[in-house]
Amino acid sequence: MIQGVQIDFVSADRMARLGMMEKIRLILDDVRAGRIVVLERGLAPEEQSKLIEVTMMEISPGGFSGIEIETYPTREGNEGLGGFFSRFVGKKPDESRLTVIGPANQLKTLKKDEGLISAWVSSR
Amino acid sequence: MNFLFLAKLKASKFFRTLFGKKHSKIGIYGPPNAGKTTLANRIVRDWTGDAVGPVSEVPHETRRARRKEDITITGANGSSISIDIVDTPGVTTKIDYHEFLEYGLEKEEAVGRAREATEGVAEAMHWLRGDLDGVIYMLDSTQDPFMQVNIMMIGIIESRKLPVVIVANKIDLPDAAPQRIRSAFPQHPVVQISGMEGKNIESLYDAMTEIFG
Repeated sequence: MIQGVQIDFVSADRMARLGMMEKIRLILDDVRAGRIVVLERGLAPEEQSKLIEVTMMEISPGGFSGIEIETYPTREGNEGLGGFFSRFVGKKPDESRLTVIGPANQLKTLKKDEGLISAWVSSR
Repeated sequence: MNFLFLAKLKASKFFRTLFGKKHSKIGIYGPPNAGKTTLANRIVRDWTGDAVGPVSEVPHETRRARRKEDITITGANGSSISIDIVDTPGVTTKIDYHEFLEYGLEKEEAVGRAREATEGVAEAMHWLRGDLDGVIYMLDSTQDPFMQVNIMMIGIIESRKLPVVIVANKIDLPDAAPQRIRSAFPQHPVVQISGMEGKNIESLYDAMTEIFG
């Protein structure tokens, strides 16, 4: 049998059909099963806040130790005139970007900057 | 500070003046070991002579949000604000008790610390979702500001439309690079300090009276 790590790529369309807790359950159930989740589009800030909170509640010493999550920094502050006008008319720019989530004890970020996420994945 | 930020600040001040709001709850947030409790202690000591809590090099020394009420801060420009300071546990997405063993803690103590730390982080997220009027976001100037938890937390704070001052702490250390923090978060005011030595702390008080006043 081939040894390895399962990676689930979840489309933005599929996530858009889910409620906040459904998204968090999908992510945490996958991650707790040792899988890596790649979201085509990341979570909203409120969802990120809830994800941190639920993750903390599920950590158990000697068992699940939490998540490693990586996404590119938002473009805010470097978004130019288009961003200025979208904010001027009250429209927030779409900041959610590709996001990688995995078990903290299996996924390690090696390097990260505005345009690159380099990570190491180990099997359990 | 950019034009939009100043405009929002002025509008927010106008409404606060209009409705007579003079007292704010300010949360100190940041990753573990950024110096949050050291800063909280310094602010409280400078303005009341008291302290908030103990500090330690072992991560997650603060495992419960602690509030110190009725602190009046006066900036160099003469303007004052009255605030409650809420010192919060360091925010993270992972806690492994093995990390504490490396600091010489016994297993039982490390497990207990990890359990309390997870509860503390969840509590800190609760505070952020509805109980605060502003945030001081602490960063260690020797660390990478692009750490995911910082990007997430700044996004969450922005989505709550809370005024924020970013503090680039530990500028007394040789590896400090506060300019990296400025370039990581150009949309927010950044004040560089040494919470431990008190270096440039007056600039932070000025910024607090400006942003939270």
